[in-house]
Amino acid sequence: MLRTSLHEIETSEELKKLQEENENLMVCCGRMGPMCIPVYDIMEELEEEYPHVKFAVMAFDNPEAAIIRNDPACRGFMGLPFTMYYKNGKTVKATTSIQNRQQITSILNEYFQK
Amino acid sequence: MNEIFDVAIIGGGPAGLSAGIYSSRAKLKTVILNSGSFGGQVVLTDEVANYPGVEQTKGFNLAAVMKKQAKDFGCKLIGNIEITEYHLNDEIKKIVLSDGREIKARGVIFATGGRPRLLGVEGENEFRGRGISFCATCDGDFFTGKEVVVVGGGNSALEEAISLTKFATKVTIVHQFDHFQAFPAVIDEAKKTPKLNFIMESRIVKFLGSEKLEAVEIEHITSGTRHIFKTDGVFIFIGYIPNTEDLKGILPLNDRGEIIVDSDMFTGIPGVYAAGDSIAKKYRQITTAVAEGTIASLSLAEYIKSKVKIFEDEKNLVVG
Repeated sequence: MLRTSLHEIETSEELKKLQEENENLMVCCGRMGPMCIPVYDIMEELEEEYPHVKFAVMAFDNPEAAIIRNDPACRGFMGLPFTMYYKNGKTVKATTSIQNRQQITSILNEYFQK
Repeated sequence: MNEIFDVAIIGGGPAGLSAGIYSSRAKLKTVILNSGSFGGQVVLTDEVANYPGVEQTKGFNLAAVMKKQAKDFGCKLIGNIEITEYHLNDEIKKIVLSDGREIKARGVIFATGGRPRLLGVEGENEFRGRGISFCATCDGDFFTGKEVVVVGGGNSALEEAISLTKFATKVTIVHQFDHFQAFPAVIDEAKKTPKLNFIMESRIVKFLGSEKLEAVEIEHITSGTRHIFKTDGVFIFIGYIPNTEDLKGILPLNDRGEIIVDSDMFTGIPGVYAAGDSIAKKYRQITTAVAEGTIASLSLAEYIKSKVKIFEDEKNLVVG
C-alpha cells in the first residue's frame, strides 16, 4: 500500500473504470521510495491546480499493476516510477524515473488542456 | 504575502530542516522554501546506519521524520517553488518567487544542498531511466540476473555496488583513478565481494543502445585506448555539485561554487547564513549538515535578538 493522499488503484479493472470515467488521467506507478515520493508530492499539490485531471497512484509490486508494467509505452523502462498519462482511455505519454514539477506540468499542459 | 518571517530558509534537506526545527522551536516565525520535495539528497540513501541515536533507517524515512518535526514546531513549509530574485542587503530581506509571491524575513539561511554530478557524455540523458540510474535502492531489482556498471570510487559508489550484487550477476566498477577515495573498511568489503570487478583509471565516454542501454564506450585515461563494454545498466555515483548557480554575485562563493562561511555559518552579509552541502567544507555527511543547520539557526537567532535589542534601545532613547 502506498502512503499518499492520492487515490490508490487496486485492480486493473479499477484502472479501466477510471479511464472510462475520466477524460484526463495521470497514474504514478511506484513504491514508497526516493524516486517515487517526490512525484507523489507533486501530484498531491497539482490536484487543486488541475481539477480537470484525475490523479491516482498504483503500487508497482501489486500483481494487478502488470497492466501498466506491460504497457507498450513502458518498453525499455528501468527506473521507478512509471508515470502514465491517459486521454480518453488511451495512453498518450509515459515517463520513467523521477520527474520534477516542471516536467510534469509541461506534459499536463500539452496533453490535458483545460 | 505581507507577513514578515523572522527566518527564511532556502532548502529543505537535513541542514534546512534542522535550521527550521531549531528556529521554529525558538518561537521564531520560520518558513522553509524548497525547489523540490523535502528531504534533500538523504532520500537517495538506502540504509543510514551511522546517524547517532538511530540504529538503522531508510534515508527517506529519516527525512520524513525531520520534516514532520519542523512542521510540528510550527515551521511553514513551501515546496516545489522557484526563486527568481534575492534582495539580501536590507534589514528586511526579500525573496521573490516565480509566481510573483514575495517572502520577507529578518534573516535568511541558505541550505540549497547539492545534486548528483553527471558524466556529461553522449547518451546520458537519452538512457536515463532506460538503463542509467542514480538510485540502486529504487532500480536495483530491474537488473536482477543482469550485468551492471557502477561509476565512481567514493563511499556511495562502493556501497551501492556492493548492494547491487544482490541483484546483478556481475557488477563492474569504473573509476578514473588508480585508487578509491572511500573509507578503508568500505574498500576492503568491496574487494572481498565476489561479483565485483574493477576497471581503474578509466572513464565512460559514450552510452550506446537503441530502446534501452546496451553498452558503454570506456576510455583508459592514461593510454587513451577505447573499447566497447556490454552492460544492461549503469549506476552513477561520482559526487555532488552545489546548488548555487543562482547565487553568483549574491553570496560569496569559492571557485567550486560553494558558499564561503565562517564557523558561525555567517556569509558576511548581515542576517545571512548558510549550511549543509552547499557550503565550502571537507566532509559531507547528514550529521555535519544537521550540525551546520543548527549553528546557522542559533547564530541567526542571536543576530535577530541583537537587532530587536537595538530597536528597543532606540525606542527608549526617543521615549526617554
